[in-house]
Amino acid sequence: MGGAFITLLKRDLTLAMRRRSDWLNPLVFFVIVVTLFPIGIGPDGSLLSEIAPGVIWVAALLATLLGLDGLFRDDFDDGSIEQLLLSPQPLSVLVLAKVLTHWLVAGLPLVLLSPLLALLLQLKLQAIPALLASLVLGTLTLSLIGAIGAALTVGLRRGGVLLPLLVLPLFIPVLIFGSSCVAAAAGGFAIGAQLSLLGGLFFLALALAPLAVAASLRISAES
Amino acid sequence: MFRWFHKLASTKNFYRLAEILTPLLAVACAILLAVGLYRGLFVAPTDYEQGESYRIIYVHVPAAWMSLFIYMVMAFCSLLFLVWKMKLADIVAQVSAPLGASFTFLALATGSLWGKPMWGTWWEWDARLTSELILLFIYIGYMALRSSIDNKSTAARAAAILALVGVVNIPIIHYSVEWWNTLHQPASIAKIGTPSIHISMLIPLLLMALGFKVYYLVVMLTKTRNVILEREANSAWVRERVKENRL
Repeated sequence: MGGAFITLLKRDLTLAMRRRSDWLNPLVFFVIVVTLFPIGIGPDGSLLSEIAPGVIWVAALLATLLGLDGLFRDDFDDGSIEQLLLSPQPLSVLVLAKVLTHWLVAGLPLVLLSPLLALLLQLKLQAIPALLASLVLGTLTLSLIGAIGAALTVGLRRGGVLLPLLVLPLFIPVLIFGSSCVAAAAGGFAIGAQLSLLGGLFFLALALAPLAVAASLRISAES
Repeated sequence: MFRWFHKLASTKNFYRLAEILTPLLAVACAILLAVGLYRGLFVAPTDYEQGESYRIIYVHVPAAWMSLFIYMVMAFCSLLFLVWKMKLADIVAQVSAPLGASFTFLALATGSLWGKPMWGTWWEWDARLTSELILLFIYIGYMALRSSIDNKSTAARAAAILALVGVVNIPIIHYSVEWWNTLHQPASIAKIGTPSIHISMLIPLLLMALGFKVYYLVVMLTKTRNVILEREANSAWVRERVKENRL
């Protein structure tokens, strides 16, 4: 089981690295969305630093969404998903490997890029560790929840339009705790509660989402 | 018990049962709503603080209760459908979704109307209103997923999974929104449905809530009958009924 997990992870990472635009485009999107806010609202530093946690988090949410549609699509189109369904390993574990790949190519770069955007929005420096920590836990959860939506819509030709509708409402708790974690850190308050709640959401998603993704993939593949 | 369950699960038997129940429930619904509205709008005393505008709770609160109740019905039916492949449960979930969305919208609209005299704005980012709004999005997502999959049985199962994912998330969303709200706003804003409510105001509220539930049953049963006829248009019993002109 572990072997299959590692093999699948390696394969998906190799594939992702060969198609650079797949993971670079969401990153550029993330940066562009964040720069739109000062342009739209005006270059007022104090206002920007106040809305920075929310803006960065919303942009991260949307950027995560961008990569989700392709999470299973290519494998679904070329039949690899059916191979996974037929394999003796539990599907939920294999699915977890794919979700982890998505996070490594879509979530982790967002996290690493976020301090730069925090500087652009004049977020206080003391909030940057909280930004990194909350984004790590949060984007992992987003990848897990989003994978359910991706699995449900993979059989549809226009799944990309439907996907945000399905998963964005489910992203809201992560957004709430994530942005409030950063805002609290910027204000000099303790962030233990927010991080604990984000951690709780992550573990809940880790336990339940792979099952839902596996069931959804089975349904999508049968039609 | 299981024999009864099987009998009810057969669409033909359910159709006949719904046929008998619907008119009875419709009468009960009309009586409940008429009495509830009369007692709520004319008999119940005027509120000390909110004046007459509090009376919108007789629509708002039952609608908000229904919005959650119908989602629970949908989630329960989805579970029945996924585990026991009970077709009837899928039909009930399918016809309940637009009803639930309508009640959610009604709760939002009446909440907003109530907010104008109370808060001075049409929309306040109050925890309950925000949760209702997100619930509306979840209903819309459910209906969008169901309608965008052409294959009927795939659509039914995919929608059932989404309903179950939603039911895990709704309490999390509800409490996180409440937490978000207390963080950003002082708790001084008056809220609909304060815990202490006088009995003369409570009775019409409960009557209305019951009336809304019965209304849901009437519409749900009627729509379920329609979908049963549509799905079983080729079965012998439907043909026979069409021939005898009693649907």
